[in-house]
Amino acid sequence: MARRSWIAQAARIAWKDLHIEGRSREVVYTMGFMAALVVLVFSFAFISGQEDAVGPDAVAGILWVAVLFSGTVALSRTFDRERESEAIRSLLLSPVPRSAIYAGKLAATAAIMLLVELLLAPLLTALFSAAIWPHALWLGLLLLLGTIGFASVGVIFSAALLRARSRDALLGALLFPIVIPVLLAASRATAYLLDPTAPDLDPALFWTRFLAALDVVFVVVGLWSFEPVVMGE
Amino acid sequence: MLSRMPSARGSRVRFLVGLLLTMHGFFVAPWLVANAPLEKTMGIVQKIFYFHVPCAWLLMLSTFVCAGGSLAYLFAGSERGDRLALCSAELGVLFGLCVMVTGPLWARAAWGVFWTWDVRLTSSLLLWLMLIAYGLARRYGGAGGRRLAAAMALFAAADVPLVYISVNLWRGLHPNTRTVSSLAPGMRLPFFFSLAIFSALWGVLLALRMRAEHSQTRLVELAIVIEDAEGKSP
Repeated sequence: MARRSWIAQAARIAWKDLHIEGRSREVVYTMGFMAALVVLVFSFAFISGQEDAVGPDAVAGILWVAVLFSGTVALSRTFDRERESEAIRSLLLSPVPRSAIYAGKLAATAAIMLLVELLLAPLLTALFSAAIWPHALWLGLLLLLGTIGFASVGVIFSAALLRARSRDALLGALLFPIVIPVLLAASRATAYLLDPTAPDLDPALFWTRFLAALDVVFVVVGLWSFEPVVMGE
Repeated sequence: MLSRMPSARGSRVRFLVGLLLTMHGFFVAPWLVANAPLEKTMGIVQKIFYFHVPCAWLLMLSTFVCAGGSLAYLFAGSERGDRLALCSAELGVLFGLCVMVTGPLWARAAWGVFWTWDVRLTSSLLLWLMLIAYGLARRYGGAGGRRLAAAMALFAAADVPLVYISVNLWRGLHPNTRTVSSLAPGMRLPFFFSLAIFSALWGVLLALRMRAEHSQTRLVELAIVIEDAEGKSP
């Protein structure tokens, strides 16, 4: 068989993960339910009295907190699967560059997270009557960039936590301090886009670009450090 | 394979010199600080600056040394790099604690609040949290914990400028971003002296901590050798 290109190999690994997910739908359901619960918990905590709406800052914050918390669920589950029957060992033994494994895992995790987020955004509109439609495409781009930024760090950490007993507790503790800039950039840009009274969208454009730059940095560090991090497996 | 014993005499000399320097500094530095001119608006409160800023600088230095050691460990398998990373992260947590205690004290006196989401406060807090997370990964990360922590350190170092930029833009600019260059001439000597002395203390603590870590590793190796020998001879 001819040697496949790096991209084809990464796509193959992503496809494998998505295929498994397509069969069981476990991550999408649990993560989606978790994300919806986070949104509801915030609604109960923030909305008081007769006031039905919260400001665009709060909606953006709720959206991204829901993405972060439910994202950790997705991350730990996609790697839990590799633990079953020592699947990770065969994956690492296969003649595929480690960076392609990283890229494939990242693509699959981001795709699953995005699917849930696409359901989450309309839920926010319904609950808080947030104006997502005027800039729906831009918001979609923000969700994509934010998810990649989050998952690029998360994939490394959850791969390294594969054998740790307290991995679920540790994943969030390690991940959140690192992805704070992602959260800041994504929620600021979202808040500007959701604000109908915003004079112009320059800040949103700036934060979107900053988020893209963050993604580049995190993905480069991820591609580069994945191999030595999983070498001990 | 047993690791090398740390050379006793060389390190003893190093420690004595470092210790003398540091102790000397702890007598001279307070005298210099006490005799530095009083700041016009803040008065005596400003003196915490000679303690606070060196600690913040060491928090930053610890993060980058930790990342450097982690780099050597991850990509070259250097055990020494791993020890360096662990020990500097611990020192970073320690000096970060000093920053987090002295900062709010000063802020309360100067700004009237303990905490504001100012860029340097927030980025120091995040740096400190990353170093604490590094320690958690080391301690509870299980078999892959050392590699995980090293990856964490790399991301933390890459994050430092990003955190600074993002928080800066998030909150607007700090009112006195150029404190050090605008320092009154009488304050410069005590400030740089404190900075040097704190850095020397950091260096001595780092060397001591690394030596302790090395001895511990060696002890474990020896215990294994002894166990093996006992297992072989009936």
